[in-house]
Amino acid sequence: MSRKSYANGALYLMLSAYSLLTLAPFIWAILTSLKSPREIAEAASVWPQAPTLAAYETILHGPFYQWLWNSFMVATAVTLLNVLFNTMAGYALARFQFRGRGLLFQALMLLIMVPSQVTMIPAYMIVARLGLVDTHLSVILTSAASIAYIFMMRQFFVNFPAEIEEAATLDGSGPLHRFFRIVLPMAKPALATQAIFVFMGIWNEFMKPLLFISTVDNYLLTQGLNAVAKQYAKSSSWNLIMAGSIISILPILSMYIALNRRFLNINDQSSGIK
Amino acid sequence: MSLASLARRVRVPRGAAISAYAFLLPALLVVGLFTLAPIAYALFVSVQKMDLVSGRHTFVGLRNLAYLVEDDKFWAACHNTLVYVAVVVPLQTALAMVLACAINGKIRFKRGYVTLLFLPTLTSSAAMTMIFMWLFNNNGLVVLFLQERLGISINFLGDPRWALGIIMLMNVFSTIPHFMVVFLAGLQEIPASLYEAARLDGAGPFSRHWEISVPQLMPITFYVLTMGLIGCFQVFDQAFILSGGEGGPENATLTFTLLIYHFAFKNYNTMGLACALAVVLTVIIFCATLILNRFVRADGANR
Repeated sequence: MSRKSYANGALYLMLSAYSLLTLAPFIWAILTSLKSPREIAEAASVWPQAPTLAAYETILHGPFYQWLWNSFMVATAVTLLNVLFNTMAGYALARFQFRGRGLLFQALMLLIMVPSQVTMIPAYMIVARLGLVDTHLSVILTSAASIAYIFMMRQFFVNFPAEIEEAATLDGSGPLHRFFRIVLPMAKPALATQAIFVFMGIWNEFMKPLLFISTVDNYLLTQGLNAVAKQYAKSSSWNLIMAGSIISILPILSMYIALNRRFLNINDQSSGIK
Repeated sequence: MSLASLARRVRVPRGAAISAYAFLLPALLVVGLFTLAPIAYALFVSVQKMDLVSGRHTFVGLRNLAYLVEDDKFWAACHNTLVYVAVVVPLQTALAMVLACAINGKIRFKRGYVTLLFLPTLTSSAAMTMIFMWLFNNNGLVVLFLQERLGISINFLGDPRWALGIIMLMNVFSTIPHFMVVFLAGLQEIPASLYEAARLDGAGPFSRHWEISVPQLMPITFYVLTMGLIGCFQVFDQAFILSGGEGGPENATLTFTLLIYHFAFKNYNTMGLACALAVVLTVIIFCATLILNRFVRADGANR
């Protein structure tokens, strides 16, 4: 009994220590964002002597607000398109019998292994050919479907009972009607998981906007953050950089907390692409 | 029963192929245009000498590869990326597994811990890099602490011996929670009866961990190792932001993908080199995955 409580005490100690380690950089970032530039230069104390929200005001008055909006629009569009397209494709691969299904599936599995750097440069050229360079549409279109989540949805539908759909077929409803009226409502948990991962992925994406978007007003958030850092690092205005970083985390954090319960329970189906 | 068999007969696929392709069309268009076509194009460009702006190209065959092999930067990127993979992949896998097992123990506030620990994975690599740059800045917390308590001062970000280490630390830090959740899901699928039986045999918590959890988790571990390997070979964001896109100090943070970026967008006339390097990276990732596959299987650990 005492041995067991020892072991448990060690578990709590370890987890709490690691939690503290996890939080430390973020706390340090928040503390810094509340300091004045002079205080940062003097580096006298960890705690802000005269806490101020001035850094947040400065950041939000610049183009940051625009970038936040850009990222939000792009991430929302990408998430909606992905959830629709990936789910439809996964459904077709799982449910319909047609020639070349196995071959198609295997081809997709092969494509998933090619690193994005290979496709990124030619994709840029194609985007340029389509006249989409420096538009948000370039990021949205090139990210509108994902093989990883097509695969995830296929696995989901393979394990999903088909009886209700079959009954609906008997009632004479067509495949589109079945899909939108019966299948989608029943697949909600998988759709939620997919949506969170896609949103998180595009919200945090750095390389694609870096290549595709060049005008400051069109920047996405990650790219803007990098630009802000470049601009302010010279003058060591780390309070501004940290305020920007903190703001960039807030939307995704609130989404995560809101959908926490769903997210954790079925996280295992996701493929870990970061 | 009769309904199901009837339904099967009704579902004779006549229009099925047409609706299947209709359902697949949007996704396949996107994949075809922005994944398949680019791969084919990359293979074509990898044997050309090409300029991004004019698009003019001449066939050079494997001379791109020969040029790469003679470039010091290529070997620097090779070295950095391999060191990076060799350190980060085992470290993040082991720590993620340990944390998952700890959370899976009989403790309270499980969800609280998971939510809290997940923060670094939620944070974008851009924001995470900013925070770490400031943490290890000459006026940052870590440097000040070391100066005050131990009297040593290290210029973490400016010293080629340390810069890559910071990026490794950052990546381990932000990837652990993601894989921890994956391990946790795996742990929850291990039947409790296995642990019961071991307990009856008098096995303590540590032997239960090594005899049951670790072998049962092998397929998940394999998945985590594979995804970690692929992700680590492609490390870009952190190196780009930390070095301002240059890969410095002294090429210490120049990774494969950063070099691809340099060839593609910073230098003129080297688009072919960029694509050749991208193809080389793909081959390396393929081989590494195959070796990992063989290694884990040969161990007899794969169920």
